[in-house]
Amino acid sequence: MTQLVTRSASPSATAAGPASSGAGASRFRGAGNYLALIPFHVYVGLFLVLPTLIVTIGSFQDQAGSLTLDNFKAMFTNEQFIGSFMKSLQLALITAILGAIVGGLLAWAVVRGNPNGILRQLVIAACGVLAQFGGVMLAFAFFATFGFNGLITMFLKNNLGMAADGSWLYSLAGLAVVYTYFQIPLMLIVFLPSLDGLRQEWYDASASLGGGAWSFWRNVGGPILAPSFLGALLLLFTNAFSAYATAQAVISQGCALITQQIACQMQSEVILGQENVGKALALGMIVIVSAVMAVYAYIQRRASRWVK
Amino acid sequence: MTSTSPTPAAAGHGVAVVFEEMHRWYGPVHALDGLSIDIAPGELIALLGPSGCGKTTALRALGGLDVVDQGRILVDGKDMTTVPANKRNMGIVFQAYSLFPNMTARDNVAYGLRLRGVDADARKKKADDMLDLVGLGKQTTRYPHQMSGGQQQRVALARALAIEPKVLLLDEPLSALDAKVRRQLREEIRRIQIMVGITTLFVTHDQEEALAMGDRVGVMSQGRLEQIAAPAELYDKPKTRFVAEFVGLTNRIDGTVEAGRINLLGTSLPLLPGSATSGHATALVRPESIRLAAQTGSGARVAAISFLGSMCRVQAAMPSGEILIAQMAASDFVSLQPGTEVSVSFLPAPVFAIAD
Amino acid sequence: MLVAVLAYLILPLIAMLEFSTRGDVDPVTKAATRSLQSYAAIFSYPNLVDGIIASLEIAALTVVGMLAILVPTMVWTVVRVPRMRRVVEFLCLLPLAIPAIVIVVGIAPIYRFIGQHLGPLGASPLTLTFIDIILVLPYSYRAIDSSLRGIDTATLADAARSLGASWPRTIFEVIVPNIRGGVLSAAVLGIALVLGEFTISSLLSFNTVQVVIYLLGKRDPFVSVAVSLLALVFAFVLLFVISRFAPGADNRAQRAAEEPA
Repeated sequence: MTQLVTRSASPSATAAGPASSGAGASRFRGAGNYLALIPFHVYVGLFLVLPTLIVTIGSFQDQAGSLTLDNFKAMFTNEQFIGSFMKSLQLALITAILGAIVGGLLAWAVVRGNPNGILRQLVIAACGVLAQFGGVMLAFAFFATFGFNGLITMFLKNNLGMAADGSWLYSLAGLAVVYTYFQIPLMLIVFLPSLDGLRQEWYDASASLGGGAWSFWRNVGGPILAPSFLGALLLLFTNAFSAYATAQAVISQGCALITQQIACQMQSEVILGQENVGKALALGMIVIVSAVMAVYAYIQRRASRWVK
Repeated sequence: MTSTSPTPAAAGHGVAVVFEEMHRWYGPVHALDGLSIDIAPGELIALLGPSGCGKTTALRALGGLDVVDQGRILVDGKDMTTVPANKRNMGIVFQAYSLFPNMTARDNVAYGLRLRGVDADARKKKADDMLDLVGLGKQTTRYPHQMSGGQQQRVALARALAIEPKVLLLDEPLSALDAKVRRQLREEIRRIQIMVGITTLFVTHDQEEALAMGDRVGVMSQGRLEQIAAPAELYDKPKTRFVAEFVGLTNRIDGTVEAGRINLLGTSLPLLPGSATSGHATALVRPESIRLAAQTGSGARVAAISFLGSMCRVQAAMPSGEILIAQMAASDFVSLQPGTEVSVSFLPAPVFAIAD
Repeated sequence: MLVAVLAYLILPLIAMLEFSTRGDVDPVTKAATRSLQSYAAIFSYPNLVDGIIASLEIAALTVVGMLAILVPTMVWTVVRVPRMRRVVEFLCLLPLAIPAIVIVVGIAPIYRFIGQHLGPLGASPLTLTFIDIILVLPYSYRAIDSSLRGIDTATLADAARSLGASWPRTIFEVIVPNIRGGVLSAAVLGIALVLGEFTISSLLSFNTVQVVIYLLGKRDPFVSVAVSLLALVFAFVLLFVISRFAPGADNRAQRAAEEPA
């Protein structure tokens, strides 16, 4: 035993010499490793962090650049601003819930099919397009369907003799329908991996222990999917809350939603002379979205704790 | 993990299981082709075969997780063929990752009891007893992701046994584990199985595992049972070419068959039933049936020696260039080194021969 | 239920096809006719053609820039400074928490500065590339990250280095070929995102394809719908093609093959 100890000790003792002389070099090399990341950090700093700082600092400044809370006072007292926030939150919440439920069911249907089937890949690719790259184009898709001259509107008018004019599409309700149209595919994209993570073994084990479908979903499948489902719901929420393009294309007049309100402030800031109110509104959005994303990140961590 | 030997949960209540002419098709694939097996009460049958041979299909059919297209499954004399999985009362241990990730070890084990309406105190006690039995008495509140693969499989075993099932089904429960844990756990499973006395079907593609654990081992190929026999018999007296080739390491040596014997390199050996009956044939010879002795001028040379603890495995290159593998007690090989010229002889055990 | 959902998802696309192929009403029979005139008319709007070209140029520049910034950084964090992995991930995913409209508000002063001091270059829509790279970061990061996780990057790098490869060779000849699925996905997602980008170009008054479609929609919705449909189909084809090469696709196939029939 003693011999073992001395034998294992001696090599490390001899190694100590060169190691200590090389310590400076390795410290230098360590720093060099970090230097290689500088371009990335500079870039992100310039085009992401700096704009965010400009928004944050600007929202606490008046036109002359001195410190003030007037912008926030305006934000919390002006009914137009509060109304925009409320409309955006409502729209985001409703379309997120609708999208999560319907998209979740759609994802379930897809996951039960052949995992390598061409149908699955088609659906995923289509959902990817509709969920993430739509914006203005999706608005036009709905104009072509439900707009004044849209396919369905014309059909109702000409074939069923109904007095359809499609004007509902250009309202908040219409916007909700269009939003749900991209929320459903987004839900599918976000939720599909969690459903894929559900193992057949769990269902089989539950069955062999005497559990039916209901026992499995109540005790095993439901609790396992719950965090992912909730996380996906939050993601859908921020997605709708942050959306501008679709809203602007559907309701081009006015400043209904908060994103439109910010755009209005930005375009009219010189005239109104309240340059930085838009920045305060933008900061308000950051706060809301960051809070939701923080909850999302926490839930994701919990979800991934169980599955691998 | 050395035996703390807690009291067995239920001793010696094994039931008989009968597979009767089972058939199963997956499209054009005939996964079970008239499989029939009688399993005695308390017996552990190991089903061995390459992947896709139907062994897992048979196990899943018994567990009610898959249906059979033809044939019957009898458990304790009762026809269970169409009973759904959750009414069969079978304990199944899966390959891996079958523990419910959202439950602690205790909750996993107690799950089946909860479904049976056992009250909270009783099921906690039972779950803790079962975890004790598999050596995890101190890990009851851990989640699966906090346990090693071996520990997870122990919990899975405890969970399967907690419902006091009629039959225990083990679906390659060790295949995802390290070699060392694997050996340890298989002995543990066997010990518990004997102690509980439960009829067990064990499916594996690892022949060492099958031979070590089974009371009897059934070798399957293409949905059919090739042979079912005690491990020693299966190893020494393979009935078919498939069994002879699949089980154990074999050398293939050319010879001539005459009057029920085969002549190999000048030695005449008896043949097993089912072998070729005349003419040129290839004999399947176990490494431990081959003897090598140093002898100059014999033409064969030692190519490599690997030391396996108490045994040695020697590769000998024949003049034809073929390699023979021999295995013997390490002490018998002290005189051999790579390059040594050796003579080849055989133990007089019967061998299986395939017609060329 | 499922059929209803699918109908809801497909109906607007069919409507786009129907809407964009409407021809003039036949003067004699008063019946509607079908024609591709809306598609042909695309070329009669020079603004639209310019917008499409500008967007394609921005998309190409964005992909090149994104890969140049992201790939070496990500590989380097995995191989040499794993401690920084969380930081890089956080920064890459940050744009998800900062809505595009907010970035515009913050970046407008910077663009005003560029416009004033860099002359004609500052007025080119190609300067949008700088922001678009930021916008595609989260998606590109995830695509490349899943590829990097699929291979043992550190060991591959050690192996290449031990065989005498320099760092650039290690990254571009050994690691990049092994994550090409992820790189391809990142590139395609980047292209699709840039082609669909509206918020920032609209508010900074650059005429990208989406801005032109939006403005044109008020005058000639038929052409706008036609271009929109073409863009959606183009993005769909791109995504579908990469889904066949995507990282994980082969793993899935393998896993399925290992399972009993």
